[in-house]
Amino acid sequence: MNHPEIISLAGLRFSYTTSGPPVLKDLSLEFPAGAVTAILGPNGSGKTTLLFILLGILSPQMGEVIIDGKDQKGLPRSMLSRLMGLVPEEEHIPFDFSILEYVLLGRAPHLGLLEQPKEMDYQVALEALDRSGLSALADRPIPSLSGGERQLAKVARALAQRPRVLLFDEPTAHLDLNNKGRVLDMIRSMADDGVAVVMTTHDPNAAVVVADHVVLLRAGQTVATGPVEVVLTSENLSQTYGLPVEVTSVHGRPVVLPW
Amino acid sequence: MAETHKIAEKSTTRRFLLLGLMVLVVLILSLFVGRYPEPYWMPPSYLWRDELAQRLVLYLRLPRILTAFIMGMSLGAAGAVFQMIFRNPLVSPGFLGVSQGAAFGAAVSIIYLGRSPLIIEASATLFAFSGLIISYLLARNIRYGKWVLRLILAGIATSALFSAGVGVLKYLADPLSELPDIVFWLLGGLWAVTWRDLLYILPVVLIALGVLFLMRWRINLLALRDETAFSLGVAPSRERVLVLVAAVAATAVVVAVAGVVGWVGLIVPHIARMVVGPDTRRALPAAMLIGGIFTLLCDNLARTLLAGEIPLGILTSLAGALIFAWVFLSGHRWVRR
Repeated sequence: MNHPEIISLAGLRFSYTTSGPPVLKDLSLEFPAGAVTAILGPNGSGKTTLLFILLGILSPQMGEVIIDGKDQKGLPRSMLSRLMGLVPEEEHIPFDFSILEYVLLGRAPHLGLLEQPKEMDYQVALEALDRSGLSALADRPIPSLSGGERQLAKVARALAQRPRVLLFDEPTAHLDLNNKGRVLDMIRSMADDGVAVVMTTHDPNAAVVVADHVVLLRAGQTVATGPVEVVLTSENLSQTYGLPVEVTSVHGRPVVLPW
Repeated sequence: MAETHKIAEKSTTRRFLLLGLMVLVVLILSLFVGRYPEPYWMPPSYLWRDELAQRLVLYLRLPRILTAFIMGMSLGAAGAVFQMIFRNPLVSPGFLGVSQGAAFGAAVSIIYLGRSPLIIEASATLFAFSGLIISYLLARNIRYGKWVLRLILAGIATSALFSAGVGVLKYLADPLSELPDIVFWLLGGLWAVTWRDLLYILPVVLIALGVLFLMRWRINLLALRDETAFSLGVAPSRERVLVLVAAVAATAVVVAVAGVVGWVGLIVPHIARMVVGPDTRRALPAAMLIGGIFTLLCDNLARTLLAGEIPLGILTSLAGALIFAWVFLSGHRWVRR
Protein backbone atom coordinates (compact mmCIF):
# COMPACT_ATOMS: atom_id res chain seq x y z
CA MET A 1 0.00 0.00 0.00
CA ASN A 2 1.21 3.46 -0.85
CA HIS A 3 0.93 5.94 1.99
CA PRO A 4 1.61 9.59 1.21
CA GLU A 5 3.18 11.74 3.90
CA ILE A 6 0.28 13.40 5.64
CA ILE A 7 2.52 15.57 7.78
CA SER A 8 6.04 16.78 7.15
CA LEU A 9 8.34 19.56 8.23
CA ALA A 10 11.15 21.30 6.42
CA GLY A 11 14.05 23.50 7.51
CA LEU A 12 12.65 23.75 11.03
CA ARG A 13 14.35 25.90 13.63
CA PHE A 14 12.91 26.67 17.06
CA SER A 15 14.00 28.29 20.30
CA TYR A 16 11.97 29.28 23.35
CA THR A 17 13.73 32.62 23.80
CA THR A 18 14.93 35.01 21.14
CA SER A 19 18.52 35.09 22.43
CA GLY A 20 18.89 31.51 23.68
CA PRO A 21 20.29 28.57 21.75
CA PRO A 22 17.83 26.81 19.43
CA VAL A 23 16.08 23.72 20.84
CA LEU A 24 15.60 22.33 17.35
CA LYS A 25 17.71 23.17 14.32
CA ASP A 26 17.47 22.36 10.61
CA LEU A 27 14.97 19.57 11.03
CA SER A 28 13.33 18.10 7.97
CA LEU A 29 11.15 15.06 8.58
CA GLU A 30 8.23 13.19 7.04
CA PHE A 31 5.56 11.25 8.86
CA PRO A 32 3.67 8.85 6.62
CA ALA A 33 0.04 7.85 7.09
CA GLY A 34 -0.55 4.27 8.20
CA ALA A 35 2.76 4.05 10.01
CA VAL A 36 4.15 4.62 13.50
CA THR A 37 7.11 6.99 13.73
CA ALA A 38 8.96 6.91 17.05
CA ILE A 39 11.06 9.89 18.14
CA LEU A 40 13.87 8.68 20.40
CA GLY A 41 16.39 10.75 22.26
CA PRO A 42 17.74 11.67 25.68
CA ASN A 43 16.00 14.10 28.05
CA GLY A 44 16.12 17.63 26.71
CA SER A 45 16.81 16.60 23.14
CA GLY A 46 13.65 18.40 21.95
CA LYS A 47 11.23 15.48 21.53
CA THR A 48 8.23 17.05 23.23
CA THR A 49 8.99 20.45 21.68
CA LEU A 50 8.91 18.80 18.26
CA LEU A 51 5.56 17.20 19.10
CA PHE A 52 4.08 20.55 20.16
CA ILE A 53 5.33 22.16 16.94
CA LEU A 54 3.59 19.46 14.93
CA LEU A 55 0.47 20.15 17.00
CA GLY A 56 0.74 23.84 16.15
CA ILE A 57 0.71 25.24 19.69
CA LEU A 58 4.35 26.32 19.26
CA SER A 59 5.40 28.15 16.09
CA PRO A 60 8.88 27.65 14.69
CA GLN A 61 11.07 30.68 13.96
CA MET A 62 12.09 29.17 10.65
CA GLY A 63 10.78 26.42 8.42
CA GLU A 64 7.30 25.13 7.89
CA VAL A 65 4.97 22.31 8.87
CA ILE A 66 2.93 20.88 6.01
CA ILE A 67 -0.23 18.96 6.81
CA ASP A 68 -2.21 17.22 4.12
CA GLY A 69 -0.45 19.39 1.51
CA LYS A 70 -1.23 22.68 3.25
CA ASP A 71 0.84 25.02 5.38
CA GLN A 72 -0.16 24.52 9.01
CA LYS A 73 -0.11 28.29 9.66
CA GLY A 74 -2.90 28.82 7.13
CA LEU A 75 -5.21 26.19 8.64
CA PRO A 76 -7.91 27.35 11.05
CA ARG A 77 -7.78 25.78 14.50
CA SER A 78 -11.08 23.97 14.02
CA MET A 79 -9.78 22.27 10.87
CA LEU A 80 -6.48 21.43 12.55
CA SER A 81 -8.25 19.79 15.49
CA ARG A 82 -10.25 17.57 13.17
CA LEU A 83 -7.00 16.41 11.53
CA MET A 84 -4.80 15.92 14.55
CA GLY A 85 -5.12 14.62 18.11
CA LEU A 86 -2.80 14.60 21.11
CA VAL A 87 -2.31 12.11 23.93
CA PRO A 88 -0.20 14.06 26.45
CA GLU A 89 2.12 12.36 28.91
CA GLU A 90 0.13 13.53 31.88
CA GLU A 91 -3.36 14.87 32.15
CA HIS A 92 -4.61 16.19 35.44
CA ILE A 93 -8.38 15.95 35.46
CA PRO A 94 -9.90 17.72 38.43
CA PHE A 95 -13.24 16.55 39.80
CA ASP A 96 -14.91 13.21 39.27
CA PHE A 97 -15.67 13.19 35.56
CA SER A 98 -16.84 9.77 34.43
CA ILE A 99 -14.73 8.09 31.77
CA LEU A 100 -17.55 8.48 29.26
CA GLU A 101 -17.87 12.22 29.97
CA TYR A 102 -14.11 12.56 29.58
CA VAL A 103 -13.95 10.61 26.30
CA LEU A 104 -16.86 12.67 25.01
CA LEU A 105 -14.62 15.76 25.21
CA GLY A 106 -12.83 14.31 22.18
CA ARG A 107 -15.88 15.22 20.10
CA ALA A 108 -15.26 18.96 20.58
CA PRO A 109 -13.64 19.50 17.15
CA HIS A 110 -16.83 18.24 15.52
CA LEU A 111 -19.13 20.49 17.55
CA GLY A 112 -19.69 24.24 17.40
CA LEU A 113 -18.88 26.71 20.18
CA LEU A 114 -22.37 26.51 21.72
CA GLU A 115 -23.28 22.94 20.76
CA GLN A 116 -23.82 20.03 23.12
CA PRO A 117 -22.79 16.46 22.26
CA LYS A 118 -25.58 14.57 20.56
CA GLU A 119 -26.56 10.90 20.39
CA MET A 120 -24.12 10.36 17.51
CA ASP A 121 -21.26 11.74 19.60
CA TYR A 122 -22.18 9.37 22.43
CA GLN A 123 -22.04 6.48 19.97
CA VAL A 124 -18.58 7.48 18.74
CA ALA A 125 -17.36 7.88 22.33
CA LEU A 126 -18.76 4.48 23.32
CA GLU A 127 -17.09 2.87 20.30
CA ALA A 128 -13.79 4.44 21.32
CA LEU A 129 -14.24 3.09 24.84
CA ASP A 130 -15.05 -0.33 23.44
CA ARG A 131 -11.90 -0.31 21.35
CA SER A 132 -9.82 0.66 24.36
CA GLY A 133 -11.34 -2.14 26.40
CA LEU A 134 -12.86 0.31 28.88
CA SER A 135 -16.56 -0.24 28.13
CA ALA A 136 -17.20 -1.89 31.47
CA LEU A 137 -15.76 1.15 33.27
CA ALA A 138 -17.69 3.85 31.33
CA ASP A 139 -19.40 5.27 34.42
CA ARG A 140 -16.39 5.09 36.75
CA PRO A 141 -14.90 8.42 37.87
CA ILE A 142 -11.51 9.18 36.29
CA PRO A 143 -9.66 9.65 39.62
CA SER A 144 -10.51 6.05 40.58
CA LEU A 145 -8.66 4.60 37.57
CA SER A 146 -5.26 2.93 37.67
CA GLY A 147 -2.40 4.50 35.74
CA GLY A 148 -2.86 2.05 32.86
CA GLU A 149 -6.62 2.61 32.62
CA ARG A 150 -6.06 6.34 32.71
CA GLN A 151 -3.64 6.10 29.79
CA LEU A 152 -6.19 4.03 27.84
CA ALA A 153 -8.88 6.63 28.65
CA LYS A 154 -6.66 9.34 27.15
CA VAL A 155 -6.19 7.20 24.03
CA ALA A 156 -9.97 6.66 23.83
CA ARG A 157 -10.52 10.44 24.11
CA ALA A 158 -8.15 10.98 21.17
CA LEU A 159 -9.83 8.14 19.24
CA ALA A 160 -13.25 9.76 19.64
CA GLN A 161 -11.74 12.76 17.87
CA ARG A 162 -11.25 10.55 14.74
CA PRO A 163 -7.99 12.24 13.75
CA ARG A 164 -5.78 11.39 10.78
CA VAL A 165 -2.62 12.27 12.70
CA LEU A 166 -2.18 11.22 16.32
CA LEU A 167 0.61 12.52 18.53
CA PHE A 168 1.66 10.56 21.64
CA ASP A 169 3.96 12.00 24.28
CA GLU A 170 5.67 9.16 26.16
CA PRO A 171 2.73 6.75 25.81
CA THR A 172 4.35 3.95 27.81
CA ALA A 173 5.92 5.93 30.65
CA HIS A 174 5.05 4.60 34.13
CA LEU A 175 3.13 1.59 32.78
CA ASP A 176 3.54 -2.06 33.77
CA LEU A 177 4.32 -4.67 31.10
CA ASN A 178 0.71 -5.64 30.53
CA ASN A 179 -0.58 -2.07 30.17
CA LYS A 180 2.42 -1.17 28.02
CA GLY A 181 1.37 -3.99 25.71
CA ARG A 182 -2.25 -2.82 25.61
CA VAL A 183 -1.29 0.76 24.77
CA LEU A 184 1.22 -0.30 22.10
CA ASP A 185 -1.39 -2.64 20.57
CA MET A 186 -3.81 0.27 20.27
CA ILE A 187 -1.14 2.45 18.70
CA ARG A 188 -0.39 -0.30 16.17
CA SER A 189 -4.04 -0.86 15.31
CA MET A 190 -4.61 2.86 14.73
CA ALA A 191 -1.68 3.00 12.35
CA ASP A 192 -3.07 -0.07 10.58
CA ASP A 193 -6.30 1.91 10.11
CA GLY A 194 -4.34 4.55 8.19
CA VAL A 195 -3.60 7.07 10.96
CA ALA A 196 -0.17 8.69 10.96
CA VAL A 197 1.10 8.05 14.49
CA VAL A 198 3.99 10.06 15.92
CA MET A 199 5.22 9.10 19.37
CA THR A 200 8.05 10.28 21.57
CA THR A 201 9.58 7.67 23.84
CA HIS A 202 12.48 7.03 26.16
CA ASP A 203 12.19 3.33 25.60
CA PRO A 204 14.00 2.02 22.48
CA ASN A 205 12.42 -1.38 23.03
CA ALA A 206 8.91 0.11 22.78
CA ALA A 207 9.99 1.58 19.46
CA VAL A 208 11.22 -1.83 18.34
CA VAL A 209 7.85 -3.39 19.13
CA VAL A 210 5.54 -0.85 17.54
CA ALA A 211 7.35 1.58 15.24
CA ASP A 212 7.91 1.44 11.49
CA HIS A 213 10.21 4.45 11.41
CA VAL A 214 12.54 5.94 13.95
CA VAL A 215 13.89 9.46 14.36
CA LEU A 216 16.96 9.67 16.61
CA LEU A 217 17.23 13.12 18.13
CA ARG A 218 20.18 14.60 19.99
CA ALA A 219 20.40 18.25 21.04
CA GLY A 220 17.74 19.29 18.55
CA GLN A 221 19.29 17.60 15.53
CA THR A 222 18.67 14.24 13.92
CA VAL A 223 21.32 11.58 14.38
CA ALA A 224 19.57 9.21 11.99
CA THR A 225 16.13 8.60 10.52
CA GLY A 226 14.64 5.66 8.68
CA PRO A 227 13.16 2.19 9.14
CA VAL A 228 13.60 0.66 12.62
CA GLU A 229 15.90 -2.18 11.58
CA VAL A 230 18.22 0.18 9.70
CA VAL A 231 18.40 2.98 12.25
CA LEU A 232 18.44 1.16 15.57
CA THR A 233 22.09 0.11 15.57
CA SER A 234 24.59 0.07 18.41
CA GLU A 235 26.56 2.93 16.80
CA ASN A 236 23.54 5.20 16.23
CA LEU A 237 22.11 4.66 19.70
CA SER A 238 25.51 5.09 21.38
CA GLN A 239 25.91 8.38 19.55
CA THR A 240 22.38 9.50 20.48
CA TYR A 241 22.62 8.80 24.18
CA GLY A 242 26.34 9.47 24.57
CA LEU A 243 27.08 6.15 26.23
CA PRO A 244 27.76 2.66 24.91
CA VAL A 245 24.56 0.91 23.86
CA GLU A 246 24.39 -2.57 22.46
CA VAL A 247 21.70 -3.86 20.12
CA THR A 248 21.47 -7.59 20.17
CA SER A 249 18.90 -10.07 18.96
CA VAL A 250 16.67 -12.33 21.03
CA HIS A 251 14.41 -14.79 19.21
CA GLY A 252 14.98 -12.83 16.01
CA ARG A 253 13.92 -9.54 17.54
CA PRO A 254 16.31 -6.68 18.21
CA VAL A 255 16.76 -5.82 21.89
CA VAL A 256 18.46 -2.67 23.09
CA LEU A 257 20.77 -2.97 26.10
CA PRO A 258 22.50 0.01 27.71
CA TRP A 259 25.87 -0.65 29.33
CA MET B 1 -23.61 -0.87 28.47
CA ALA B 2 -24.37 1.47 25.61
CA GLU B 3 -27.55 2.51 27.38
CA THR B 4 -25.99 3.56 30.69
CA HIS B 5 -25.67 7.18 29.72
CA LYS B 6 -29.40 7.30 29.01
CA ILE B 7 -30.20 5.86 32.42
CA ALA B 8 -27.85 8.42 33.98
CA GLU B 9 -29.60 11.18 32.02
CA LYS B 10 -32.98 10.08 33.30
CA SER B 11 -31.88 10.24 36.92
CA THR B 12 -30.35 13.68 36.25
CA THR B 13 -33.61 14.88 34.72
CA ARG B 14 -35.42 13.73 37.86
CA ARG B 15 -32.99 15.63 40.05
CA PHE B 16 -33.46 18.80 38.02
CA LEU B 17 -37.25 18.47 38.22
CA LEU B 18 -36.91 18.13 41.98
CA LEU B 19 -34.64 21.20 42.15
CA GLY B 20 -37.07 23.18 40.00
CA LEU B 21 -39.92 22.21 42.28
CA MET B 22 -37.91 23.29 45.33
CA VAL B 23 -37.21 26.64 43.66
CA LEU B 24 -40.92 27.24 43.10
CA VAL B 25 -41.90 26.23 46.62
CA VAL B 26 -39.18 28.33 48.26
CA LEU B 27 -39.95 31.37 46.08
CA ILE B 28 -43.68 31.24 46.88
CA LEU B 29 -43.32 30.49 50.59
CA SER B 30 -40.77 33.31 50.97
CA LEU B 31 -43.53 35.82 50.09
CA PHE B 32 -45.34 34.91 53.30
CA VAL B 33 -42.28 34.84 55.55
CA GLY B 34 -41.46 38.01 57.44
CA ARG B 35 -42.37 40.11 60.44
CA TYR B 36 -45.74 41.42 59.33
CA PRO B 37 -48.41 41.13 60.62
CA GLU B 38 -46.57 39.17 63.30
CA PRO B 39 -43.12 37.55 63.34
CA TYR B 40 -42.32 34.65 60.96
CA TRP B 41 -45.50 33.97 59.00
CA MET B 42 -48.26 35.85 57.22
CA PRO B 43 -51.39 33.86 56.41
CA PRO B 44 -51.92 33.99 52.60
CA SER B 45 -55.44 35.34 53.05
CA TYR B 46 -53.90 38.72 53.97
CA LEU B 47 -52.98 39.11 50.32
CA TRP B 48 -56.56 39.86 49.33
CA ARG B 49 -57.90 41.55 52.41
CA ASP B 50 -55.03 43.68 53.74
CA GLU B 51 -53.85 46.60 51.64
CA LEU B 52 -50.63 47.07 53.60
CA ALA B 53 -49.78 43.40 53.12
CA GLN B 54 -50.33 43.76 49.37
CA ARG B 55 -47.99 46.73 49.12
CA LEU B 56 -45.45 45.10 51.41
CA VAL B 57 -45.32 42.00 49.26
CA LEU B 58 -45.31 43.85 45.96
CA TYR B 59 -42.80 46.61 46.73
CA LEU B 60 -40.58 45.15 49.42
CA ARG B 61 -40.66 41.39 49.60
CA LEU B 62 -41.01 40.48 45.91
CA PRO B 63 -38.07 42.54 44.58
CA ARG B 64 -35.96 41.43 47.52
CA ILE B 65 -36.82 37.77 47.05
CA LEU B 66 -36.08 37.92 43.33
CA THR B 67 -32.82 39.81 43.91
CA ALA B 68 -31.71 37.30 46.53
CA PHE B 69 -32.47 34.45 44.17
CA ILE B 70 -30.70 36.06 41.20
CA MET B 71 -27.76 36.92 43.38
CA GLY B 72 -27.45 33.31 44.51
CA MET B 73 -27.74 32.12 40.90
CA SER B 74 -24.96 34.47 39.81
CA LEU B 75 -22.58 33.62 42.65
CA GLY B 76 -23.25 29.87 42.31
CA ALA B 77 -22.72 29.92 38.54
CA ALA B 78 -19.64 32.13 38.73
CA GLY B 79 -18.17 29.88 41.43
CA ALA B 80 -18.81 26.73 39.39
CA VAL B 81 -17.12 28.27 36.35
CA PHE B 82 -14.17 29.60 38.36
CA GLN B 83 -13.52 26.27 40.04
CA MET B 84 -13.69 24.50 36.70
CA ILE B 85 -11.36 26.70 34.69
CA PHE B 86 -8.89 27.14 37.55
CA ARG B 87 -9.04 23.36 38.11
CA ASN B 88 -9.28 24.17 41.77
CA PRO B 89 -12.23 23.43 44.06
CA LEU B 90 -11.15 26.11 46.52
CA VAL B 91 -11.50 29.29 44.49
CA SER B 92 -14.56 31.51 44.57
CA PRO B 93 -15.74 34.21 42.16
CA GLY B 94 -14.64 37.15 44.30
CA PHE B 95 -11.02 36.19 44.54
CA LEU B 96 -9.68 37.98 41.47
CA GLY B 97 -9.88 41.29 43.33
CA VAL B 98 -13.57 41.59 42.47
CA SER B 99 -15.12 41.50 45.97
CA GLN B 100 -12.49 43.69 47.59
CA GLY B 101 -12.62 46.05 44.61
CA ALA B 102 -16.38 46.43 45.04
CA ALA B 103 -15.94 47.01 48.78
CA PHE B 104 -13.36 49.71 48.10
CA GLY B 105 -15.62 51.33 45.51
CA ALA B 106 -18.52 51.39 47.95
CA ALA B 107 -16.38 52.85 50.73
CA VAL B 108 -15.01 55.57 48.42
CA SER B 109 -18.54 56.42 47.42
CA ILE B 110 -19.86 56.52 51.00
CA ILE B 111 -17.13 58.92 52.11
CA TYR B 112 -16.48 61.08 49.07
CA LEU B 113 -19.21 60.76 46.46
CA GLY B 114 -22.41 60.56 48.44
CA ARG B 115 -24.47 57.85 49.97
CA SER B 116 -27.22 57.48 47.40
CA PRO B 117 -27.65 53.81 46.47
CA LEU B 118 -27.20 54.46 42.75
CA ILE B 119 -23.82 56.15 43.21
CA ILE B 120 -22.64 53.46 45.64
CA GLU B 121 -23.65 50.72 43.18
CA ALA B 122 -22.02 52.41 40.20
CA SER B 123 -18.80 53.01 42.12
CA ALA B 124 -18.75 49.44 43.48
CA THR B 125 -19.32 47.98 39.99
CA LEU B 126 -16.58 50.16 38.51
CA PHE B 127 -14.04 49.15 41.15
CA ALA B 128 -15.08 45.48 40.97
CA PHE B 129 -14.17 45.50 37.29
CA SER B 130 -10.97 47.41 37.92
CA GLY B 131 -10.09 44.66 40.41
CA LEU B 132 -10.40 42.11 37.61
CA ILE B 133 -8.48 44.27 35.14
CA ILE B 134 -5.62 44.90 37.59
CA SER B 135 -5.45 41.18 38.44
CA TYR B 136 -5.41 40.28 34.77
CA LEU B 137 -2.74 42.81 33.79
CA LEU B 138 -0.63 41.81 36.78
CA ALA B 139 -0.98 38.13 35.89
CA ARG B 140 0.06 38.80 32.31
CA ASN B 141 3.24 40.47 33.40
CA ILE B 142 4.30 38.18 36.23
CA ARG B 143 7.26 36.17 35.05
CA TYR B 144 6.68 33.18 37.23
CA GLY B 145 4.62 30.04 37.06
CA LYS B 146 1.81 29.02 34.75
CA TRP B 147 -1.39 30.84 33.86
CA VAL B 148 -3.48 29.53 36.75
CA LEU B 149 -0.85 30.22 39.38
CA ARG B 150 -0.15 33.69 38.00
CA LEU B 151 -3.82 34.69 38.04
CA ILE B 152 -4.31 33.37 41.56
CA LEU B 153 -1.23 35.23 42.82
CA ALA B 154 -2.31 38.40 41.05
CA GLY B 155 -5.82 38.05 42.50
CA ILE B 156 -4.47 37.67 46.02
CA ALA B 157 -2.24 40.74 45.58
CA THR B 158 -5.04 42.85 44.11
CA SER B 159 -7.46 41.82 46.86
CA ALA B 160 -4.87 42.71 49.50
CA LEU B 161 -4.33 46.10 47.85
CA PHE B 162 -8.04 46.95 47.88
CA SER B 163 -8.65 45.62 51.37
CA ALA B 164 -5.76 47.77 52.60
CA GLY B 165 -7.50 50.67 50.84
CA VAL B 166 -10.76 49.82 52.61
CA GLY B 167 -8.84 49.79 55.91
CA VAL B 168 -7.49 53.28 55.23
CA LEU B 169 -10.94 54.56 54.29
CA LYS B 170 -12.49 53.07 57.44
CA TYR B 171 -9.82 54.90 59.44
CA LEU B 172 -10.63 58.18 57.67
CA ALA B 173 -14.39 57.77 57.84
CA ASP B 174 -16.57 59.75 60.23
CA PRO B 175 -17.10 57.22 63.02
CA LEU B 176 -20.67 58.34 63.69
CA SER B 177 -22.19 58.49 60.23
CA GLU B 178 -19.93 57.02 57.54
CA LEU B 179 -18.22 54.19 59.36
CA PRO B 180 -21.42 52.30 60.31
CA ASP B 181 -22.57 52.55 56.68
CA ILE B 182 -19.29 51.11 55.43
CA VAL B 183 -19.27 48.32 57.99
CA PHE B 184 -22.85 47.38 57.25
CA TRP B 185 -22.17 47.42 53.53
CA LEU B 186 -19.13 45.19 54.02
CA LEU B 187 -21.24 42.64 55.86
CA GLY B 188 -23.62 42.47 52.95
CA GLY B 189 -27.37 42.62 52.88
CA LEU B 190 -30.46 43.16 50.79
CA TRP B 191 -32.55 45.26 53.19
CA ALA B 192 -32.55 48.28 50.86
CA VAL B 193 -33.34 46.45 47.64
CA THR B 194 -36.06 47.88 45.42
CA TRP B 195 -37.32 47.12 41.93
CA ARG B 196 -34.81 49.70 40.67
CA ASP B 197 -31.90 47.61 41.99
CA LEU B 198 -33.33 44.53 40.37
CA LEU B 199 -33.54 46.32 37.05
CA TYR B 200 -29.94 47.47 37.51
CA ILE B 201 -28.54 43.95 37.86
CA LEU B 202 -30.95 42.06 35.61
CA PRO B 203 -29.59 42.93 32.12
CA VAL B 204 -25.96 42.22 33.05
CA VAL B 205 -26.83 39.01 34.88
CA LEU B 206 -29.06 37.77 32.05
CA ILE B 207 -26.40 38.31 29.41
CA ALA B 208 -23.54 36.95 31.54
CA LEU B 209 -25.36 33.84 32.75
CA GLY B 210 -26.79 33.37 29.25
CA VAL B 211 -23.28 33.24 27.76
CA LEU B 212 -22.12 30.80 30.44
CA PHE B 213 -25.20 28.62 30.06
CA LEU B 214 -24.80 28.39 26.28
CA MET B 215 -21.12 27.51 26.62
CA ARG B 216 -21.73 25.03 29.43
CA TRP B 217 -20.36 21.93 27.70
CA ARG B 218 -17.35 23.72 26.29
CA ILE B 219 -16.36 25.03 29.73
CA ASN B 220 -15.38 21.42 30.54
CA LEU B 221 -12.66 21.66 27.89
CA LEU B 222 -11.18 24.73 29.58
CA ALA B 223 -10.28 22.57 32.59
CA LEU B 224 -7.90 20.48 30.45
CA ARG B 225 -4.26 21.42 30.11
CA ASP B 226 -3.51 23.95 27.38
CA GLU B 227 -1.99 21.51 24.89
CA THR B 228 -4.92 19.11 25.10
CA ALA B 229 -7.48 21.91 24.88
CA PHE B 230 -5.62 23.27 21.85
CA SER B 231 -5.60 19.83 20.20
CA LEU B 232 -9.40 19.80 20.61
CA GLY B 233 -9.78 23.08 18.73
CA VAL B 234 -10.06 25.37 21.75
CA ALA B 235 -8.29 28.74 22.00
CA PRO B 236 -7.50 28.21 25.69
CA SER B 237 -6.49 31.73 26.79
CA ARG B 238 -9.08 33.58 24.73
CA GLU B 239 -12.00 31.37 25.70
CA ARG B 240 -10.99 31.37 29.37
CA VAL B 241 -10.93 35.17 29.39
CA LEU B 242 -14.37 35.32 27.75
CA VAL B 243 -15.84 32.96 30.34
CA LEU B 244 -14.06 34.77 33.21
CA VAL B 245 -15.37 38.16 32.13
CA ALA B 246 -18.93 36.83 31.97
CA ALA B 247 -18.63 35.23 35.43
CA VAL B 248 -17.04 38.34 36.93
CA ALA B 249 -19.63 40.68 35.37
CA ALA B 250 -22.47 38.78 37.05
CA THR B 251 -20.56 38.72 40.35
CA ALA B 252 -19.65 42.41 40.18
CA VAL B 253 -23.19 43.73 39.75
CA VAL B 254 -24.70 41.56 42.48
CA VAL B 255 -21.90 42.42 44.88
CA ALA B 256 -22.38 46.10 44.04
CA VAL B 257 -26.04 45.89 45.10
CA ALA B 258 -25.77 43.50 48.03
CA GLY B 259 -22.28 43.97 49.43
CA VAL B 260 -19.76 41.24 50.04
CA VAL B 261 -21.81 38.10 50.56
CA GLY B 262 -19.26 35.37 51.13
CA TRP B 263 -19.18 31.63 50.75
CA VAL B 264 -22.07 31.20 48.31
CA GLY B 265 -19.71 31.01 45.33
CA LEU B 266 -17.40 28.63 47.15
CA ILE B 267 -19.75 26.09 48.67
CA VAL B 268 -22.65 25.97 46.20
CA PRO B 269 -20.64 24.49 43.30
CA HIS B 270 -19.56 21.64 45.58
CA ILE B 271 -23.15 20.82 46.45
CA ALA B 272 -24.11 21.08 42.77
CA ARG B 273 -21.39 18.63 41.70
CA MET B 274 -22.44 16.31 44.49
CA VAL B 275 -26.03 16.30 43.24
CA VAL B 276 -25.56 16.09 39.44
CA GLY B 277 -21.85 15.32 38.85
CA PRO B 278 -18.95 17.50 37.69
CA ASP B 279 -19.90 17.89 34.00
CA THR B 280 -20.53 21.64 33.64
CA ARG B 281 -23.46 20.88 31.33
CA ARG B 282 -25.34 19.87 34.48
CA ALA B 283 -23.24 21.34 37.31
CA LEU B 284 -23.69 24.91 36.05
CA PRO B 285 -27.51 24.98 35.95
CA ALA B 286 -27.60 23.04 39.22
CA ALA B 287 -25.24 25.59 40.85
CA MET B 288 -27.58 28.38 39.67
CA LEU B 289 -30.68 26.77 41.20
CA ILE B 290 -28.99 25.65 44.43
CA GLY B 291 -27.26 29.05 44.80
CA GLY B 292 -30.62 30.77 44.41
CA ILE B 293 -32.30 28.55 47.00
CA PHE B 294 -29.40 28.84 49.46
CA THR B 295 -29.17 32.63 49.26
CA LEU B 296 -32.92 33.11 49.42
CA LEU B 297 -33.22 30.90 52.51
CA CYS B 298 -30.38 32.81 54.20
CA ASP B 299 -31.98 36.13 53.30
CA ASN B 300 -35.35 34.98 54.67
CA LEU B 301 -33.62 34.27 57.97
CA ALA B 302 -31.79 37.61 57.79
CA ARG B 303 -35.00 39.61 57.60
CA THR B 304 -37.20 37.45 59.83
CA LEU B 305 -35.21 35.95 62.68
CA LEU B 306 -34.72 39.11 64.76
CA ALA B 307 -36.59 42.38 64.98
CA GLY B 308 -33.57 44.07 63.40
CA GLU B 309 -31.93 43.02 60.15
CA ILE B 310 -29.11 40.46 60.43
CA PRO B 311 -26.45 41.16 57.77
CA LEU B 312 -26.84 38.55 55.02
CA GLY B 313 -23.09 38.05 54.72
CA ILE B 314 -22.96 36.81 58.31
CA LEU B 315 -25.63 34.19 57.70
CA THR B 316 -24.22 32.94 54.37
CA SER B 317 -20.78 32.70 55.97
CA LEU B 318 -22.16 30.86 58.99
CA ALA B 319 -24.27 28.41 56.97
CA GLY B 320 -21.61 28.15 54.25
CA ALA B 321 -18.80 27.45 56.70
CA LEU B 322 -20.84 24.79 58.48
CA ILE B 323 -21.72 23.03 55.22
CA PHE B 324 -18.13 23.42 54.02
CA ALA B 325 -16.80 21.80 57.18
CA TRP B 326 -19.32 19.00 56.86
CA VAL B 327 -18.46 18.37 53.21
CA PHE B 328 -14.73 18.25 53.84
CA LEU B 329 -14.78 16.45 57.16
CA SER B 330 -17.11 13.71 56.02
CA GLY B 331 -14.54 12.75 53.35
CA HIS B 332 -16.86 12.55 50.38
CA ARG B 333 -15.48 11.38 47.09
CA TRP B 334 -15.95 14.67 45.27
CA VAL B 335 -13.41 16.44 47.46
CA ARG B 336 -10.55 14.27 46.22
CA ARG B 337 -8.33 15.88 43.65
